[in-house]
Order: sequence, then structure tokens, then C-alpha cells
Amino acid sequence: MFDFVKLWDNSFYAMAIILFLIGFWVMLTHSNLIKKVIGMNIMETAIFLFFVAIGYVNQGSAPILGREGVTFVNPLPSALILTGIVVSVSITAFALALIIKLHSYYGTVDADEIAQLRRISDDSE
Amino acid sequence: MRNIIVRVIARVIIPFIQLYGFYVVFHGHLSPGGGFAGGTIIAASLILYVLAFGLVAEEKRVPERIAQIIESLGAIVYVVIGLVGVLVGAQFLGNKIAGFPLGVPGRILSSGSILILTIAIGFKVASTMITLFNHLIEDEKEG
Amino acid sequence: MKNFVGFVVLVVIGVMLLLVVQEMPTFGDINNPVHNEVAERYLEDAVKDTGALNAVSAIITDYRAFDTLGEITVLLTAIAALLAVLRS
Repeated sequence: MFDFVKLWDNSFYAMAIILFLIGFWVMLTHSNLIKKVIGMNIMETAIFLFFVAIGYVNQGSAPILGREGVTFVNPLPSALILTGIVVSVSITAFALALIIKLHSYYGTVDADEIAQLRRISDDSE
Repeated sequence: MRNIIVRVIARVIIPFIQLYGFYVVFHGHLSPGGGFAGGTIIAASLILYVLAFGLVAEEKRVPERIAQIIESLGAIVYVVIGLVGVLVGAQFLGNKIAGFPLGVPGRILSSGSILILTIAIGFKVASTMITLFNHLIEDEKEG
Repeated sequence: MKNFVGFVVLVVIGVMLLLVVQEMPTFGDINNPVHNEVAERYLEDAVKDTGALNAVSAIITDYRAFDTLGEITVLLTAIAALLAVLRS
């Protein structure tokens, strides 16, 4: 099923996929909300790595122009991924703020415990 | 975190981090980096200051009011530079077409509006990062 | 049980994504479709058009400066949302 020569040639993409899966695993299996945010950040980093790796050229140099006889990498993915990084930082800050409020309200940052507490308070009403 | 080693090393290393941050911002059009990267480096030095000396000491150096003003000023400068292009009859955020002098490529004072926009972005990102961090750890102010 | 289901989901997604990866163009090839006329235009004309040596800087603050204005708005919105949550 797998063509390992091709996968070895595209090893940067494959490593980005593996990093994405690590982040996905952390988000799926941990109920601690802080760990979920860390997993989300790992997934975002995998996407950034994948996107920037698309723009690479073999023996390419950073796109600082004005030099002769140099191959430059594609500057467009690097420029576009800046937006993604800014959005990632904003979302992380907002998620942490929500977790702070949840912690001050429920006294825990564990998603399962919060669900249990909510069920108890629903039953008592 | 109020260790004597942390405090002394932070006091030594913070000026160099800030100098490097300003270098990255002001050379944004010449070397790798730019407003976002340099602003984050400057904010990292201030975050190190908070971690080593506490939020109260940092509040005296960079009051929240100043951070808010710098942040708003960054956005306002960005929009005003963009509106210059509209005023002279070119498009919004135009550079060469709006008549900004491009200068000699490779000099610090070149590339027209790019340098001004990069500095505005750098200061705005730095103040945004430090504001976000300060508000997130605000509960530990008493500790 | 929860971990097992998660692992099965993870393996399925991973195999699918890796199958896509091996169909992608070879990493670092100069003839890849991503290195099209847009990137060529930016690399060739950036110094002439903007006067900046850093092509990435030229793109984010000149060619696509409106996009960067949006990024600044995102940062402002992040602070506004954070204050709205924390000070409520």
C-alpha cells in the first residue's frame, strides 16, 4: 500500500503528518484542558511546518534578494503562514482565558470532572 | 522564581534581548525577521522581566496605560499610512504608487512605507503580547 | 476503551494522510506546481517594486498589506475578547 521511496522523498510532509497525529492524540485522550490546548498548538505547528515545507526548493536560500546566482525558496507560503501564526497565538490566549474562568467557577481544569459537576447540578435542580 | 541567580541573569540579559528585538524590527526589510518576529522578541524580554521580578515591578516600568496607547498607536499609524495612498489618489496601502521614496535597496532608510509599517507592527505586537501575558497571570499579583 | 477507539481513529486518519502525502509532488523539486508565476513575479520584481531586499517583508507589508491589517485586527480582537472574558 505504501510506496516507501516516495514517502522518504516526501519525509518532511510525512513528519508534519506525524506531528499532527501526535497533537491529535493529545487532544483526543487527555481530559485536562491545558493539555488539550498544548495538543492544539502541536497540531497548528504541524500545519505550519507542512505549509512552509511546500515552498522549499532544493539548495534554495532564504528569500533575501539582491544576490546573484542563488536559488530562492518560494516566499509566498512563509508570508501567508504569518497570518496563521497570529491567529494561533490569539486563539491560545483566548482558550487560556476561558480555562482560567472555568477554573475559578468549577475549581478544576479537567473536562470530565467539569461534565460530572454540571450533571450533578442539573440533577439537583 | 524570586531566585537571586534568576534576577541577576535576567538583569544582565534583558538589554541584549531588547537590542536584538529592535535590530530585527528595524532591519525587517533587509534581513530575515520583520515586525511580528521582532515584536515577539521584545515582548519575550518583558515577559522574562515579569517572571524574574514579578508583575508589580513590571507595572512600574511599562504601565498598562502606556502599553494600551502604544498598541492603539500601532494600529492607527498603520491605517494612516494606508490612507496616505488614498489621499494622493493611489490605492489603499500603496507604496511606490503612492509616492513614498524607495531609496537605495540595502540601506536602512529605504523601501518607503515598508519600514514605517514594520515598526508600527513591531511595537503593536510587542505591546499586545505583554498585555495578553499580564492579563493571563493577573491573579498571581498578590503572590 | 476510550484510548482504543482514539487509537483506531488516529491510525485511520494517519494512513489516509500518509497515502495523500505519497501522491504529492516531490519535496523540493523546482518544477512543483507551487513555484508558479506568482512566486517568480515576487522574486524578480520585489526589489524594483518595493525597494525591500526581504521578499517576505515585501509581500506582507506591500503586496498584501491589507492582509496584515487583518492580522492586526485579529490581535486587537484577541485582547478585546480576553478582557471581556476575564473582567466579566
